[in-house]
Amino acid sequence: MDLSAYPNAIAMSAKEFVEWSTNVMDDIVRATGVKRGLDKVMDPLLNWGVRNSMYPLHFGIACCALEMAACSGPRYDNERLGLVFRSSPRQCDVLLVNGWVSKKLRPALRRLYEEMPEPKWVIAMGECAISGGPWYDAYNVVQGVDTFIPVDVYIPGCPPRPEALIDGFLRLHQKIKKSKIGTFMDD
Amino acid sequence: MEDNVTYTVEQVKSRISEAFPTAVKFESKVKPRRLFMTADKGSLLKLCMFMKDQLGFNQCSLVTGVDWCDRMQVVYHLTSYSSNITAEIVVDIPRDNPEIDSITPLWGGANWHEREAYDMFGIVFKDHPKMERLLLPADYTFFPLRKDCKTGGP
Repeated sequence: MDLSAYPNAIAMSAKEFVEWSTNVMDDIVRATGVKRGLDKVMDPLLNWGVRNSMYPLHFGIACCALEMAACSGPRYDNERLGLVFRSSPRQCDVLLVNGWVSKKLRPALRRLYEEMPEPKWVIAMGECAISGGPWYDAYNVVQGVDTFIPVDVYIPGCPPRPEALIDGFLRLHQKIKKSKIGTFMDD
Repeated sequence: MEDNVTYTVEQVKSRISEAFPTAVKFESKVKPRRLFMTADKGSLLKLCMFMKDQLGFNQCSLVTGVDWCDRMQVVYHLTSYSSNITAEIVVDIPRDNPEIDSITPLWGGANWHEREAYDMFGIVFKDHPKMERLLLPADYTFFPLRKDCKTGGP
């Protein structure tokens, strides 16, 4: 515990006290190995929880939205994978962009992405969302979602089958598994 | 005029050619319950008023533009519910000054059709209540359905 950075240990301001106590707790947790223990328990647990409750935003743009609907139907039943389509971006983890994005839609989609809480992922589904697709030279279609939103998984197809959509979500599973999403503190 | 008076295509034709002997020309195309004609740019509004008030054409189903590279056309489809006739009016307008009278004061349904024609072809409808872009973003400077509009890849 180093008090030299805080010479007025007796009378600290509130801000200083928060900083000091945070550092003290940090040091204790790291030094005693509690952090390692917590990480060992919490990382797989949180990771498992996040992976199995990915809520995509129910935002159908074009014909890929029909495949999305088929995917949520009884035959493919994506709720067994924990994919529940929610209507509010505040309750969502995954932004599933399924269709061409016109220049008028772009600011709205960007805003939906900003409104989603972290951690969040973006899936570009179908050719139009990946690169513009059949409208690769159109005057009003954005040439790919990745020009204004970071995309994690691309699902090619025009439109992709529901199996492909599920495969894309399982690939996102692998990506989440590799990320240290459940670690207790930053190293 | 009452709405329940019915006319045949020939009756409508003769009434129009009586009222507009030079400005309106009928095409030889014949189809049941259809009427094809071309009109002058200047007499279009009067013709539409005449068809609405005297002949009972109470709906404007379509207004659109055509770009023929050397000239532009505006196409109107007017429908009469009581006589079951759809009349097509084609008006030629010059390409360098595409202006024509708006028929929105007569049929409210023409409002968005005319705005879309302005959006896509740049045809200006005079006396339209809100001559602005309808579908495209307001800051676009080109009219995409004109033949000289170049689209390009990224």
